Amino acid sequence: MSVSRRALLRGGAAVAAAAAALPVVAACGESEVVTQEVIREVPIEKVVTREVIKEVPVEKIVTQEVIKEVEVERIVTVTVPEPRSEPQPLVVYSGRSESLVDPIIKQFGAVSGLDVQVKYAGTPALAATLLEEGDASPADVFFAQDPGGLGAVESLLSPLPEELLGRVPSWARSPEGLWAGISGRARVVVYNTDRLSPADLPDDVWGFTDPSWRGRLGWPPTNASFQTMVTGMRTEWGDDRTREWLDAMHANEIGIYPKNTPIVAATGAGELDGGFVNHYYLHRFIAAEGETFAARNYHLPGGGPGSLVMVAGAGILGTAANRPAAERFVDFLLSTVGQQYFASSTYEYPLVEGVKASRILTPLADINKPAIALADLADLEGTQAMLREAGILP
Amino acid sequence: MASIARVIRVAAPSGPMGRMGRWTRAPAVVWVPALAVGLLLALPLVYLVIRTVGAGDDAWALLLRWRTVMILLRTVALVVTVTAGSVLIAVPVAWLTVRSNLPWPRFWSVVAALPLVIPSFVAGLVVQVALGPRGMVQQALEPIFGVTELPSIYGFPGAALTLTLLSYPYVLLPAQSSLRRQDPSFEDASRSLGHGRRATFRRVTLPLLAPAVGAGSLLVALYTLTDFGAVSLLRFETFTWAIFVQFESAFNRGLAAALSLVLVGLAAVILAAEAQARGRARFHGVGPGVAAEPSRIPLGRWMIPAVGFMAGLATLALVGPMGVLAYWVGRGVAAGETLVGVGDLVLNSLLVATLAALAAALASLPVAALVVRYPSRFAWAIERATYTGFALPGVVVAIALVFFAVNLARPLYQTMLLLILAYVVLFFPAMLAAVRTALAQVRPSLEEAARTLGRSHLATLLQVTLPLIWPGIAAGMGLVFLLTMKELPATLILGPIGFKTLATATWSAASEAFFARAAMTALVIVFASGVPLLLLRLRLGQGPSQDPPPARQ
Repeated sequence: MSVSRRALLRGGAAVAAAAAALPVVAACGESEVVTQEVIREVPIEKVVTREVIKEVPVEKIVTQEVIKEVEVERIVTVTVPEPRSEPQPLVVYSGRSESLVDPIIKQFGAVSGLDVQVKYAGTPALAATLLEEGDASPADVFFAQDPGGLGAVESLLSPLPEELLGRVPSWARSPEGLWAGISGRARVVVYNTDRLSPADLPDDVWGFTDPSWRGRLGWPPTNASFQTMVTGMRTEWGDDRTREWLDAMHANEIGIYPKNTPIVAATGAGELDGGFVNHYYLHRFIAAEGETFAARNYHLPGGGPGSLVMVAGAGILGTAANRPAAERFVDFLLSTVGQQYFASSTYEYPLVEGVKASRILTPLADINKPAIALADLADLEGTQAMLREAGILP
Repeated sequence: MASIARVIRVAAPSGPMGRMGRWTRAPAVVWVPALAVGLLLALPLVYLVIRTVGAGDDAWALLLRWRTVMILLRTVALVVTVTAGSVLIAVPVAWLTVRSNLPWPRFWSVVAALPLVIPSFVAGLVVQVALGPRGMVQQALEPIFGVTELPSIYGFPGAALTLTLLSYPYVLLPAQSSLRRQDPSFEDASRSLGHGRRATFRRVTLPLLAPAVGAGSLLVALYTLTDFGAVSLLRFETFTWAIFVQFESAFNRGLAAALSLVLVGLAAVILAAEAQARGRARFHGVGPGVAAEPSRIPLGRWMIPAVGFMAGLATLALVGPMGVLAYWVGRGVAAGETLVGVGDLVLNSLLVATLAALAAALASLPVAALVVRYPSRFAWAIERATYTGFALPGVVVAIALVFFAVNLARPLYQTMLLLILAYVVLFFPAMLAAVRTALAQVRPSLEEAARTLGRSHLATLLQVTLPLIWPGIAAGMGLVFLLTMKELPATLILGPIGFKTLATATWSAASEAFFARAAMTALVIVFASGVPLLLLRLRLGQGPSQDPPPARQ
């Protein structure tokens, strides 16, 4: 907050300073004009020495003229870029939660010396905001929770420099180079350790269609990551087979939860035996509740769409007012320092070669992930239509 | 009396805009600002129409499905249940705290109003963790009674319970202020005509209370219609949930807008039902009108059940949830989680909540005056229009305001001013409900007397009307204050960049399962809201004065 109030104050001060400075600037910039007018007035004053009252309107006219000149001067200052005494702020719209990314953004601010201003909100809300803002958007960078959010605003993004794109594996970036993945998250099955051991769990997602799993599992059908997983199924298996799996799971009375967190909570509490989630929520619960938290992640050894690895990513707006700073920011996130942060603080998978994932995670190389590029998973609408037809979404 | 009033109104100079007479008899100082407020508050509706038209045939395909109808019916069932439940809780609480000799009435008033301030997603989370099939309550019961699993809280029962406990204060606050303003001479008359206490309550007190309860119920119903946090966590699919699916996972603004329009339609039906129930009744007194302090009725042997009821409600709706939150804080700190400072957040939250309450109060005066004093189709249309924002999910209103600010008022975009404006758009009906019912209880003859004695409209407003409706304004400001304290989507989207409140910090932590941090800021929301509310109550506690204050120069 202190950032914003300071910014507000600074903005106010700047306006006040500008207002105060303008007449001075005007006087300096157009001194010739002013002197001409003074010369014109001199005879008037001389002639009408006694009539003091009449002088007043004359003076008024003079002041009006000065005001006009000020306005002209203001237009000039806007069009001519000032020499950069203070760097322009970088504006980031972050669909990633402040509690996750604030430390690394602060660090970037400190390293770069830039004033970084961040608007935090949900990825969908920010995507909608960007679409409504259009050309008027103050944002330079959109840092989104998932590729779906970036895909929704692709028309507003401009390509990232090749050098930055090259650091990220090709499956984790947009083919047009409009956005790049920053950190990876794996789809897993979280399971209750009091009731189950990994030996009890099936090799792939089809195993959960067995009637023995009836009413024991949960999934978040409105969640973007979940829907991306289903899109992956459609890409790998085709629509009919995907629909078959969805129907079988639905018939098996799988519980519908709004997002990942409540599923992990319910699994740890023993309300659920397991659920389909992203991998990193579990580690947040363990951090808060200790090692006794009765749930762990299970990476399906049989692979397939159930073991998809997805990304949170970033793109630069085409209308970015501060493109150099925006590129430095993405560069920083994809640097060793930035990648190390995501590996150690948010328990996500680093995407850049040479940075190791946290030791408590299953290494990315050991996950039997399907060979699907994330950009091929853009058809969320088709997936949602299918989920609606199956009666899983309203 | 009515005919005299009409004569006076006709005789009063109607200002330069006399041709407006066909629409409304109201003077320009009333109808011009009222119209401005109405138009401003209807902006989201315009946005929805624009976006729905853009969505084209897909919108119809989505709307005209059997499933849509089913969700609509489920939503209506939830709305009816929550509203009825809220009235059943709020009316006894209002009566106990204002009209009975319940001990510490101010304390109970504040405690009973505070659940309103708990963000809905926090409440949903608390209910899931505490009352879930294997939640904290079950864990506590298992060693003693061997309960291995509680009946599921999910679906209708959990959603209805949670929303009722969160939203009964919408009825409570207007009901309390109405009871405070009630002229005890009516009850005295009833008693002197031979009615017992109970008959008097049923035939005098309750009917006098009805407009306030009706207005509050309307707020409960509309709030239930638009809640997302609690219904999604407790897994009951409502219409708003369907809107969020379009918006949040499909990124489809067009279809979200189409569904939102249906929600507005549903809200219109609810409004019509309330208007029908309100009828054409007028509830102001006709006597000389120096009201006495309402008497407090001794509870006698009902004292213990009454205190038990209040304590039980407080436990369920406030102390319980706060206990869970405190437990999370403790557990997180024990596990080594660091808590961050909240000083700035508290200041920000209090600042915007106070400004929003003041702005809403100011905006409500002309609309209330128009609606109550100059009823007409014009007044009716404006009042309905002001409900738009309240009948829509906050995120829809916020995006609509982005659209208008960016296209029509660029300098306002992402400033504090626009944010305050957004709060007014969102919460105005809460303010209006309280002010409208308060104004309806003030006899117009008092204002008319002031006018015939040469006071201007403004002087009459400041010297006669405002002092009389102050309890209503205070109740409305209290509601808007509490709602703003927990408001999330508009604060996130429309606030100046980097602007944070307790609610946004809570959301940020909770969405990533940082429960200790989320719980701490949520607790601070409750405390930070409680203090101003207590002050407001103490101020009100000085007693409602129906005496016009001495005229000032």
